[in-house]
Amino acid sequence: MLSSIIWTPLLFGLIGLLVPRRFAAWVAALGAVITLGLSIGVLAGFDPDGGMQFVTDVSWIPGLGVDYSLGIDGVSIFLVMLTAIAWIPAIGFSALRGTERPALFYLMLLAGETSTLGAFLAQDLLLFVLFFDLMIVPFYFLFGIWGRDRGGESDPEGSPGNGPVTVQSATLKMIVFTLIGSLLMLVGAIAAAVIAADGGELTFSIQTIVARGLPEGSQNWIFWFFAAAFLVKMPAFPLHGWMPDSYRAAPLPALAVFSAVLSKVGAYGFLRVVLPMMPDAADLFQTTMLVLAIASILYGSAMAFTKTDLRLVLGFSSVAQLGFITAGIFAFNESGAEGAVLQMVNHGLVVVPAFLIVAMISERTGSEELGPMGGLAKKAPVFAVIFLIVSMATLAIPASANFIGEFFILNGLFQVDAAWAIVASVGVALAAFYALRMYQLTMHNPLPDGSDSKEISLRDALVVIPMVAIVVVLAFCPQLIIHGSEPAVDSSIQVVKEVAE
Amino acid sequence: MSFDAPAMDYAGLSPVIALTTGLVVIVLASVFDSVKRFGPFLALLTFAVTAGCLIWQWSADIDLVSGSLRLDGLAATLSILVVIAAAVSVLLAIGDPSETQAGRSDWLALLTGSVLGMVILAQATSMLTFFVGLELLSIPLYALCGTNLRRRESLESGLKYLIVGSVGSATLLYGLAMIYGASGATGFQAISDGLQAGDGMLSDSLTLVGVGLVAVGLAFKVSIAPFHQWTPDVYQGAPTPVTAFMAVATKAAAFAVFIRFFLVALGPLADQWDVMLAALAALSIVVGNVGALAQTSLKRMLGYSGIAQAGYMLAGIVTATQAGVDALVFYLAAYVAMNVGAFAVVVARERQTGFSDDISTLRGLGREKPLLAWPLTISMLALAGLPPTVGFIGKLYLIEALVDDDWTWLAVMIAIGTMISLGYYLRVVATVWMSPAEESEAAAASIDTAALPPQIAGAQADPFTDSRADRRWYLVAPALIAMAAALFFGVIPQPLVDFAQHAGNALSVWIS
Repeated sequence: MLSSIIWTPLLFGLIGLLVPRRFAAWVAALGAVITLGLSIGVLAGFDPDGGMQFVTDVSWIPGLGVDYSLGIDGVSIFLVMLTAIAWIPAIGFSALRGTERPALFYLMLLAGETSTLGAFLAQDLLLFVLFFDLMIVPFYFLFGIWGRDRGGESDPEGSPGNGPVTVQSATLKMIVFTLIGSLLMLVGAIAAAVIAADGGELTFSIQTIVARGLPEGSQNWIFWFFAAAFLVKMPAFPLHGWMPDSYRAAPLPALAVFSAVLSKVGAYGFLRVVLPMMPDAADLFQTTMLVLAIASILYGSAMAFTKTDLRLVLGFSSVAQLGFITAGIFAFNESGAEGAVLQMVNHGLVVVPAFLIVAMISERTGSEELGPMGGLAKKAPVFAVIFLIVSMATLAIPASANFIGEFFILNGLFQVDAAWAIVASVGVALAAFYALRMYQLTMHNPLPDGSDSKEISLRDALVVIPMVAIVVVLAFCPQLIIHGSEPAVDSSIQVVKEVAE
Repeated sequence: MSFDAPAMDYAGLSPVIALTTGLVVIVLASVFDSVKRFGPFLALLTFAVTAGCLIWQWSADIDLVSGSLRLDGLAATLSILVVIAAAVSVLLAIGDPSETQAGRSDWLALLTGSVLGMVILAQATSMLTFFVGLELLSIPLYALCGTNLRRRESLESGLKYLIVGSVGSATLLYGLAMIYGASGATGFQAISDGLQAGDGMLSDSLTLVGVGLVAVGLAFKVSIAPFHQWTPDVYQGAPTPVTAFMAVATKAAAFAVFIRFFLVALGPLADQWDVMLAALAALSIVVGNVGALAQTSLKRMLGYSGIAQAGYMLAGIVTATQAGVDALVFYLAAYVAMNVGAFAVVVARERQTGFSDDISTLRGLGREKPLLAWPLTISMLALAGLPPTVGFIGKLYLIEALVDDDWTWLAVMIAIGTMISLGYYLRVVATVWMSPAEESEAAAASIDTAALPPQIAGAQADPFTDSRADRRWYLVAPALIAMAAALFFGVIPQPLVDFAQHAGNALSVWIS
């Protein structure tokens, strides 16, 4: 069952290579919809108190002790749902507009979905590392082939205040940064398994390694090998150096899923691997991690508040949001961790429509610069309302699910030390600033020459409105996620909580 | 007086016999014009029969020729890799200027002779066969490097390789002599026994200097830094089919004897040489990867990348465990697939662009020539160690062997080297997929003198330029098969793991 969820997207991507070019997009969309259907099937049969479910465990490379081992629990199920949902608008948006070299584009996009789902479902440490590394490859091609150079002579409208960016340098920077982390993680993963086996039978099963435990001294360095990979992927301050350039160069539909889902794999890795496997190290470095998280919140918010490129506003707001999520995880209590899981889903759901809206704004104004924009709401009330909902969700207005998520996280931080919570809440206030600024500068004020206030077209509405609807529905019943993930999240942080106490 | 001839195990010798016969037939065939043009088929047939013999004797574990050779899993696996690499070079050489100018039969005879040397080297268990095999491997290669008779670079590379290779051989021979002096034996097992029996011989300076010199000599052959300076120049200057053969087959054969000599003959000294080899491996990883960053010639870049990859593989010997040998053999097999794919594309692209191997000749390849672009892309991703290719599993295997034997720092070096290597491997990928093609079209147009009337084209016309090289089966098929192998064994690595463990098991008597 879980295998079919993982491999369906890739299969349809490959079929897309064989069918005539004009059908490739629809084959891809069908693949994404079937994946969502299968995920809903798993969700329907899911028991929140059932621990690890739908387990598949077959030997993959017996010579190296690596198993093809999958499973789903309350932490991963909502992230799998998020992945399955997020890919549909990204594919639909591109399908309705057409792209260059469609077969290859959708193959890469769906390969990205396969590897992301694989990372969320893998229960073997090496399989997780493999999918984690694999994720970046299709996005490297997506950003590189379908991205565009920004700034410089070819793009005079580009970004004043930001240097020119070439696709090649941006993608190289992205992949080098990401892989620096994940190669060290590979060494860390192997070391963890070897040390835990202690001469016994070598296995990479996460549950077995957790049960065997690691000696405290080894935990400390292995912790950083893993943390490096996850913090780069998120990205967290100060490892976000690759983010601005790649975000500016990337094609928006691919960027939407990249920002919505791939960043969550890092946070997920902390919950799934780091806290259960290295509780002593996690406890030892709790303060360091919280400082990094808070720094990400403040830095990300401040940058989002000053940047004028819409992609960078959203990119840095993601840095801030991921900072909240990390802080929630490293609070080592139920409230923080549950809030973190909820917030991962919330942020993912909000970011996809946000980036697609950026694409529509850019079509209407010919630019992604906030400075010369304005007035887009004039003849486009529906478009404006959709953007308003997305902005409100981003700033976590009370009654939104994001508000609940941030509340849980701040509550968790408060239990650690009131000071953390107070500093972090500055980030909540700043979020209101940058989200409203983004909305106002694009939608209000007079319409400048060359811009066109046009109502959202039917094809875009078809893609974006369902996403916004999900955001709205989730605002009414966030307890679905809180309750569904509670037992699994609590057991993930059980060990570290005991250590911390 | 009666004389007992030693018992000959013809079954065990069959790979060597097959190659020797093939060599003789290829040389004889050159006399008859009617069969001359079938040279490549004869060579391929020879390699196929050799491979058949190796598979027939797959589970053999026997001493041959009074203990001078030994056909076991290690010899069989690495000989297979050598034979595959040789067969690919025969295909890549079809229509190559080097093969035509040097005379097809002569070229193929040299290649087959070198393969014979490699197969003997992979089986060598005595210092005599070790050295004879090494020279039989090297001398035809010196000549092969210079077979592109009209290109100064080719001749230069042949000469350079001859001089550097001879220095390497001399160093090695000197080292072997010292070890003989210390142990009083030539057989690998006897050396090990002799060193342990001799009083204090394990830490005697005569032994240690000998070990050092042998390591240096072998380091020349597998291009380990700091004995690598010849590699980029020779790789670039030599005809590309020869470079492909050198890069892959020489490494496989030299590593075979590297493994056997150090783990069997010098096994008792493992605690002395492991740190030295670890330092060489780490240095190679750094020098190779950093050196490759600045290259604009694909062949030079692959040369530096080969230095780095040799460093990764040497790490497998450092552990002196069976897992290390398995990992090394696995990586070698992966290395064959990754490099064959890359070199086949370089050969095809060279013939289309008037023998330029500059990275810029790859611009726009992804859009126009997917049959070349994909194999090259997968090769580069595999060399960079990204999933889902065999390169990732190879690195995983090596790192696991290293960490398991407490060489975590060397495993981290491999990880760091891999990060640096992304800088140049991905530059190739980016050029293939992310650069527009206009300039390469313009460059190709200026070189495509074959389209001009002969009186204008004059002396510039190169008869070996082949604008349809990207559709020649003998170039595209090796590339596609290598790509398929790199992906297949990346997703289902177990068959290749079994292959590698077959090599490691052969040494299970000597190592843990």
